[in-house]
Amino acid sequence: MAEDTKSLGGALKEACVAAAITFFLCVPIIMFRADSDVNSGQLELNFRPIAVAVFVALAFFGRLLVLTIGLRPPRQKAVPRVGPPSGLRAVFSYVIAPIGLLFLVAYPAVVVYWLGAGGALKWIDSYGIQILIYVMLGWGLNIVVGLAGLLDLGYVAFYAVGAYSYTLLAINFGLSFWICLPIAGLLAACWGMILGFPVLRLRGDYLAIVTLAFGEIIRTILVNWTAFSGGTAGISSIPKITFFGLRFADVDDGFDAYFGMDYSPIHGKLYLYYVILGLALLTNLVTLRLRRLPIGRAWEALREDEIACRSLGINTTNTKLTAFALGAFFGGLAGSFFAVRQGFISPESFTFNESATILAIVVLGGMGSQIGVAFAAIALIGGFEMLRELGWLKDLMATYFGLTDFDPTQYRGLIFGFAMVVMMVVRPRGFISTRSPSIYLERRTAVSGELVKEGHG
Amino acid sequence: MDNFIQQLINGLTLGSIYGLIAIGYTMVFGIIGMVNFAHGDVFMLSAFIALIVFLFLTKTLGLGFLPFVLVVVLLAGMTLTSVWNWTIERLAYRPLRGSFRLAPLISAIGMSTFLSNFVQVTQGPRNKPIAPMFAEIVNFQFGDHVISMQYRQIVIVAVTVTLLVIFWWLVQRTSLGRAQRACEQDRKMAALIGVDVDRTISITFVIGAALAAVAGSMYVLQYGVVNFADGFLPGVKAFTAAVLGGIGSLPGAVVGGLMIGLIETLWQMIPTQGVPEYKDVAAFSILAITLIFMPSGLLGRPEIEKV
Repeated sequence: MAEDTKSLGGALKEACVAAAITFFLCVPIIMFRADSDVNSGQLELNFRPIAVAVFVALAFFGRLLVLTIGLRPPRQKAVPRVGPPSGLRAVFSYVIAPIGLLFLVAYPAVVVYWLGAGGALKWIDSYGIQILIYVMLGWGLNIVVGLAGLLDLGYVAFYAVGAYSYTLLAINFGLSFWICLPIAGLLAACWGMILGFPVLRLRGDYLAIVTLAFGEIIRTILVNWTAFSGGTAGISSIPKITFFGLRFADVDDGFDAYFGMDYSPIHGKLYLYYVILGLALLTNLVTLRLRRLPIGRAWEALREDEIACRSLGINTTNTKLTAFALGAFFGGLAGSFFAVRQGFISPESFTFNESATILAIVVLGGMGSQIGVAFAAIALIGGFEMLRELGWLKDLMATYFGLTDFDPTQYRGLIFGFAMVVMMVVRPRGFISTRSPSIYLERRTAVSGELVKEGHG
Repeated sequence: MDNFIQQLINGLTLGSIYGLIAIGYTMVFGIIGMVNFAHGDVFMLSAFIALIVFLFLTKTLGLGFLPFVLVVVLLAGMTLTSVWNWTIERLAYRPLRGSFRLAPLISAIGMSTFLSNFVQVTQGPRNKPIAPMFAEIVNFQFGDHVISMQYRQIVIVAVTVTLLVIFWWLVQRTSLGRAQRACEQDRKMAALIGVDVDRTISITFVIGAALAAVAGSMYVLQYGVVNFADGFLPGVKAFTAAVLGGIGSLPGAVVGGLMIGLIETLWQMIPTQGVPEYKDVAAFSILAITLIFMPSGLLGRPEIEKV
């Protein structure tokens, strides 16, 4: 097929093939939609030829465009460049972190100044806090996937362990959030070790599947062990976060009253924002520092070549286990924050889809790149929050595509999945693909010929 | 006792569905060493295709002769699902040969998420129920014991066995199967002696999809309902079956499928309060235990890591 795609005729032929294949792909699943009839309750087929025509046309012209213009995606080398960052990239990498940090710290103040306390609530809560939770989860998983190269599909299990640890400790023993937070993290890390110990001998894809299995086991137990976890109904009225014992509520001994302010819900939200910001930055700091320690170097070496590591005398099981446990620890912290912010948890929040979302963030951000993960979380989570509010998009979908029940959250997984595939094909190392190595030679040094056999070393 | 045998039959029916899906996992793993995570969702997609073709034939065209409809549904489902899986392999997996170790698996996870959400968006999130077919009950009398089976269970087992025989012939007796086994043993060597490796891998995906499509049609026939999320659990269980039977081994996949089907159905018979709900945990635990203690499964060859 590919012999004469240079000529226009060949390109047309190729495009026709692409269109034909697309037609066959669309025939059953897009052309007909099986819907229950309102009266009889039986399934009836709705005919949607226009949607099929649109897809076929897209495939035809898309393929034609690719072939005629030569719109080939640039191949990215699978082996990253090694060396200190140079030129513009160096400036970028030095400047981006302080600017980003400044932005994150100032963000709530800016929003409150701009929109007033009432209008800012949404921007701090569903954008700021929500995104930061995912940034933290992404950074936590990045230790496991990005640094140690262990594909963990059950990360959400540790998130769940953290959330349920806080909830159950707070409800049953009346402990405050700040006492429960480290306990929840440690419990999650313990679970990470318990699960990790037997499975970490397995090779990459087996490990992924087993972690997936463990994630599902934990979720199934949470669903079915009603006495322990409240089952599918979940647990509500989880104690709220406190500031040195002061509650964020409209009461006499609350935070606002203590400091002589009028009660406003924004104070609690601001506090939560800075708490999750602190937790996320803690994750980042620990990761960055550990990368420079022998253990961090061992993680990255392990990611590149396990057999070489073993032959160099690195204890691979212990190295993997520390990465796994540390990732789980931060997952647990994020989980207990999630519980205290939400005030309600149920196994619904800890499905495999959640794991896949976090993994998508790490993969799209560039495995191993901290900044990349943060940007991916902002783009993906923030982007979908925005999509949710686009009224005109809803109207457009309803009038032109017949999608009356258009709901952007359904498209979330669609786009995440698609983006993951495209990313693997086009830029397998993620958006931000250069990894600054933690150690490199500052300059080439000549070694005397007496020291090495072949002259210069 | 009667109930036990009844459940045994149910387990075998379920197990043959798992076995059909498991073959797809095991073949792809054998040939390119990749866990095709999206295979469960291909199965779900094929169940939707079967459902829609069925509705098209019975409602839109008004055909009433069920055996004929069943044959057309099977053939159409197998063809269309094959086109899907061929495209998926071409777009999402083939460009990744030679990429880093986890790339194909991540791509497959993305594809799995994409497929289930694609079906959710195009077909809606609700369950799709159809009226039961071949629901007549036949009774077999063995001495004092009466075993009753539904026609559809007989249909499912018969179709599965027929297709497995055809498939077995394809892999063992044709040049296609020979090329496939050659690629499985050593891809580079196979290419050197003139086997078109890319084409063979494509065909592997097509065969896997065709068998998954049979499983999808049988699933609709047996349960009469399908949902966009139905790919995940059967997918993981079929993968468990492939691992249990020894990944890379075709008879192993079928044996593993039957065992998982039986274990799952019999687990639900445990009378202790609260235990039957954990049938999924049982399947997942088998997966973990097999991988940890017996990575080569029942019938697989032990894997030798080459440097």
